[in-house]
Amino acid sequence: MPKNSKLKSILIIGSGPIVIGQACEFDYSGTQALRSLREDGIETILINSNPATIMTDPSMADHVYLLPLTTKSIVKILKEHPHIDAVLPTMGGQTALNLCIEADEKGIWKDFDVEIIGVNIDAINITEDREKFRELMLDIDIPMAPQATATSYLKGKEIAQEFGFPLIIRASFTLGGAGASFVHKEEDFDELLTRGLEISPIHEVMIDKALIGWKEYELELLRDSNDNVVIICAIENMDPIGIHTGDSITVAPAMTLSDKTYQKMRDMAIHMMRNIGDFAGGCNVQFAVSPDEKEDIIAIEINPRVSRSSALASKATGYPIAKIAAKLALGYHLDELQNQITKSTSALFEPTLDYVIVKIPRWNFDKFEGSDRTLGLQMKSVGEVMGIGRSFQEALHKATQSLEIKRNGLGADGKGYKNYDQIIEKLTNASWDRVFAIYDAIQMGIPLSRIHEITKIDMWFLKQYEELYFIEKEISTFTIDTIQKDLLLEAKQKGYGDRQIAHMLSCLESEVYNKREELGVNRVYKLVDTCAAEFEAKTPYYYSTFESDVETADGKRFADNESIVSDKKKVIVLGSGPNRIGQGIEFDYCCVHGVLAAAECGYETIMINCNPETVSTDFDTADKLYFEPVFWEHIYDIIKHEKPVGVIVQLGGQTALKLAEKLERYGIKILGTSFKALDLAEDRGLFSNMLKENNIPYPEFDIATTADEASAIADVLDFPILVRPSYVLGGQGMKIVINKQELEEHVVSLLARMPGNQLLLDHYLDGAIEAEADAICDGENVYIIGIMEHIEPCGIHSGDSNSLLPPFNLGPLVMQQIIDHTNKIALALNTVGLINIQFAVKDDMVYIIEANPRASRTVPFIAKAYGEPYVNYATKVMLGEKKVTDFNFNPQLKGYAIKQPVFSFNKFHNVNKKLGPEMKSTGESILFIDDLKDDEFYNLYSRRKMYLSK
Amino acid sequence: MKYQKLKKALILLADGTIFHGKAVGKEGSAFGEVCFNTGMTGYQEIFTDPSYYGQLMVTTNAHIGNYGVNNEEVESDSVKIAGLICKNFSYDFSRDAADGSLEDFLNTNNLLAISDVDTRALVAYIRDNGAMNAVISTDVDNIDALKKQLADTPNMNGLELASKVSTKEPYTIGDENASIRISALDIGIKKNILRNLVKRGAYVKVFPYNSKFEDLEAFKPNGYFLSNGPGDPEPLIEAQGVAKEIIKRDLPLFGICLGHQVIALANGISTYKMHNGHRGINHPVKNLITGKGEITSQNHGFAINREETEAHSDVEITHVHLNDNTVAGIKMKSKNVFSVQYHPEASPGPHDSSYLFDEFIKNIQKN
Repeated sequence: MPKNSKLKSILIIGSGPIVIGQACEFDYSGTQALRSLREDGIETILINSNPATIMTDPSMADHVYLLPLTTKSIVKILKEHPHIDAVLPTMGGQTALNLCIEADEKGIWKDFDVEIIGVNIDAINITEDREKFRELMLDIDIPMAPQATATSYLKGKEIAQEFGFPLIIRASFTLGGAGASFVHKEEDFDELLTRGLEISPIHEVMIDKALIGWKEYELELLRDSNDNVVIICAIENMDPIGIHTGDSITVAPAMTLSDKTYQKMRDMAIHMMRNIGDFAGGCNVQFAVSPDEKEDIIAIEINPRVSRSSALASKATGYPIAKIAAKLALGYHLDELQNQITKSTSALFEPTLDYVIVKIPRWNFDKFEGSDRTLGLQMKSVGEVMGIGRSFQEALHKATQSLEIKRNGLGADGKGYKNYDQIIEKLTNASWDRVFAIYDAIQMGIPLSRIHEITKIDMWFLKQYEELYFIEKEISTFTIDTIQKDLLLEAKQKGYGDRQIAHMLSCLESEVYNKREELGVNRVYKLVDTCAAEFEAKTPYYYSTFESDVETADGKRFADNESIVSDKKKVIVLGSGPNRIGQGIEFDYCCVHGVLAAAECGYETIMINCNPETVSTDFDTADKLYFEPVFWEHIYDIIKHEKPVGVIVQLGGQTALKLAEKLERYGIKILGTSFKALDLAEDRGLFSNMLKENNIPYPEFDIATTADEASAIADVLDFPILVRPSYVLGGQGMKIVINKQELEEHVVSLLARMPGNQLLLDHYLDGAIEAEADAICDGENVYIIGIMEHIEPCGIHSGDSNSLLPPFNLGPLVMQQIIDHTNKIALALNTVGLINIQFAVKDDMVYIIEANPRASRTVPFIAKAYGEPYVNYATKVMLGEKKVTDFNFNPQLKGYAIKQPVFSFNKFHNVNKKLGPEMKSTGESILFIDDLKDDEFYNLYSRRKMYLSK
Repeated sequence: MKYQKLKKALILLADGTIFHGKAVGKEGSAFGEVCFNTGMTGYQEIFTDPSYYGQLMVTTNAHIGNYGVNNEEVESDSVKIAGLICKNFSYDFSRDAADGSLEDFLNTNNLLAISDVDTRALVAYIRDNGAMNAVISTDVDNIDALKKQLADTPNMNGLELASKVSTKEPYTIGDENASIRISALDIGIKKNILRNLVKRGAYVKVFPYNSKFEDLEAFKPNGYFLSNGPGDPEPLIEAQGVAKEIIKRDLPLFGICLGHQVIALANGISTYKMHNGHRGINHPVKNLITGKGEITSQNHGFAINREETEAHSDVEITHVHLNDNTVAGIKMKSKNVFSVQYHPEASPGPHDSSYLFDEFIKNIQKN
């Protein structure tokens, strides 16, 4: 059987805008679920307000509703589709579950005779209500940390008295650990208790006794309606209890668990899942294990849904959890489904790994000035990267190389901390850089026992770090001429980049590269196959490593490589790396569509990316997936191996774009707009000359490299002045200054942070209206896909502005200027592909703020609003397969679409929430309105005056 | 502490293929049939499992040795594998409950281990070309001599190994006043099987591999058990004889792994050597009686013939392996006899199948 034949039409709830704690992993799970249901001939209806998602593409579901995630929208959908049989709420994170509960409480599901599948409401309620959960756990003999519930301030004080410090406060019914805190000292308790109570929608907090130094683990489970349970992945947090798992460095498989303790944990997890309710689907369970010889295990929490960790587990093991969970929700049993990777064995099994993955979160503290940068129980990271290697060390190195924070890995780049007190402080108060500080501490000679005492990180991990340091020291005793193959191979096996080895040997990166070639120390590719090579796997999901040689009976000697290169014409799409503010899910959307479009044109598509939350790294997306750092060395080796026709850099945001220069230098073809044009747009001087030649106005500007120069420029330009560094993302470091003192302060602080950077000083057009246009150009013809007008005045970053498509009060004269300028610039830059141009409109004159000849953040939004596949078209233009004139453009939009930014400020206490030229929003949603009389628009528009009055 | 440069080592397969690596510590050569285990935990239990006697073990997990060794987490009193081939060997371990490092444990047991081998390529090679004999050695400059010695290593097919790992003398375990008494024939028994029986209130007497039915009967048991073990089941004529006697008398009997194969042979069902066997702790089995799946611990290079089992009038297939549909469990329709090809005692591995011990006890009680 088992597929429930009554289910013919299913509603899926998405997770809405990206916020901290709920990011694009739910686009991945939702997309998988939709594909999985449609495979079974199910009619799918989707609701999600986030336009930058793949799941909301018209091709993904039978009916896509880009509506606010409210019960009102649900009712509207159910009225239009009265035949909907069931709702699957487990793919859209806590947001979807909460909406499902709300609709349930209002009796909506019952009214429309809709069954809830994949979870049951009781299970959600039990796992979200900490007191009920605790009672249940004690009933079924699952140990928990000493804990009590407080619904009032007084009760909270009482509990603290009883438990003593340190304590943990967690707010009930919140997301990503919002309102949770570690209380070390009594003095801090009052404030944190109050905050927790306030943030909880039911004014309730749980107070736990803190388990200092306990090790933390997560298990990902799947259960079918026949009560078969399998564990897909065990994940070990390198950072012990006390740091939110979303902010922890995590490792799979578990590295320091004996079979005895692991099996005990496995039994507990299964027991817990079976007891919270009767449902078929995915589940995540978190445990703490005492680091002493008792190895006591206690349960922390259980989430009866697909989660961030299950996205990670899917990428870590190759087992597509969401895809299978959707099938299980339909009634299938695990033993009726196939392992999606081997295509020959059963889905009822537990993946086994012959490699290690390390996930490192990506933080954006620089965007939240004044924020507490210490990691704790509340998640603060905005994205993550995953490194895959044949050892923990290699995976750790690859993850650090993926972060794009100007580090080449651990050590060997001269950027480590060298001050004892500073290192101790960095170890004590974990933040984004503790992963590096551990290496620095070892390098400085701080004993491992001391590092362990401070961080409580398991000694095994610290020993691995130490081994890395020994290798660095050993290599440093050689030169490029004297280093032997064995040692070089070992360094590469442990993940050291050529750049790092060059640093150790005091030579050039290219010399190390050449030496490797000469000695035959070459990168090979291995498969993620769920089964440690026990069965043959067909799924082309690769990672790189370095291996010892195999020698055949007839004397051929080589390192074994599993990525066989085909003779088809290929194209590589460079991904956008970890999500961060200013570069998020939109670029994953673009990459996925780039891949699909290239496939339509008959190319073999190759995706390179390192972000486990994405659809682009789903092994079903491209013909070949290389889960690798978007880091020069790794990319270059893949290009050399695959020999593609060219590389697409304009879809992967700044990450991909900034590799264009090197690609050009190495003679690798960049598909679409050339590097020269990309550089021209980025170089303010050259760009302005181009504008001048074309008679296009721009705000007066100049370039400064010192505070003195800046001051002199200010005399010419007049205040207010917009100061920004060049080559940055999402307006990083941008600020409007109104006098010389502010100017000097900002310039000095920028140059301290980014030494040697050129600073751009623009005369700021006070009170101007901001607009932007996206266009596709094939070098001869330009098609403007959309023009948007911002509601907030110029000066608020475009990513943080509410904007309307099409513009709501730009006159024909202004519109004509925008169209003319866009056409001229696109052609002048020889754009082949997408371009985004930002304008300031003042006194009916349109000025150019900047032009980016690449996919922009707004492209997915415009595509959704008009219902047109613009990235698909642009990719075909980049490939030279189509001209702009080949497409039959037919945008459909009744009224207006508003792009609304969404912020995650509640994760950062004491942070300045003021908006400015530096982007701070983490996500966006789309709202369709029929006309300008709409209340929502009126509200937004009236708030505009607030900004103007400042 | 500083950088440690390791000596070269290799594994040479019978067909002449070489995989290069490094010596973990000890130097020398070790011969055996190469096989792999895909478990991510439980290396100590694997290395001491008598069923692995004479085999060169490739561990596919990226790291081995991370949590050291613990005196309690053994499946026999010594290391039973013939040699270890791994990717990354952890000289340093981290576990408060550990009694020592894996390195010391292997040295004490005089076991040769090599690391830094492309174990993934090796596993894929065995997968495609089948299990075969091999040698691991630090004598990397004498390949020809190694080849000659390797040619003399006996083939696992037809090889009787139970005698090498069985207890020499009978012994008892559990509470002697227990109401349930079990006679267990040790053809390579794992300690955790005994722990599981004792935990369920049984008093167990363990007999050497060549014991007669009368020896086992003399203990006045309520039930009989045939253990797991290494090698080919076919040459185990004495054990098959014991099984036949038990079956003839319709006494409660439970067999695991090699014991399962012996029960099949006693019923006239033949066994065969598999291409590369099942070795890991993630093997999916479906219980055909209940319709439920279970994740099992497996370790076998031989299996029983499926067609013959299906055709047998008194034997019913109760469990199948979901990946390749091989027989994973049988019971006799007219007798109180059942057996499984996999390891319900786990150790290492999941506990999904421990219900089989309960069934055995129930079978004994209802008798």
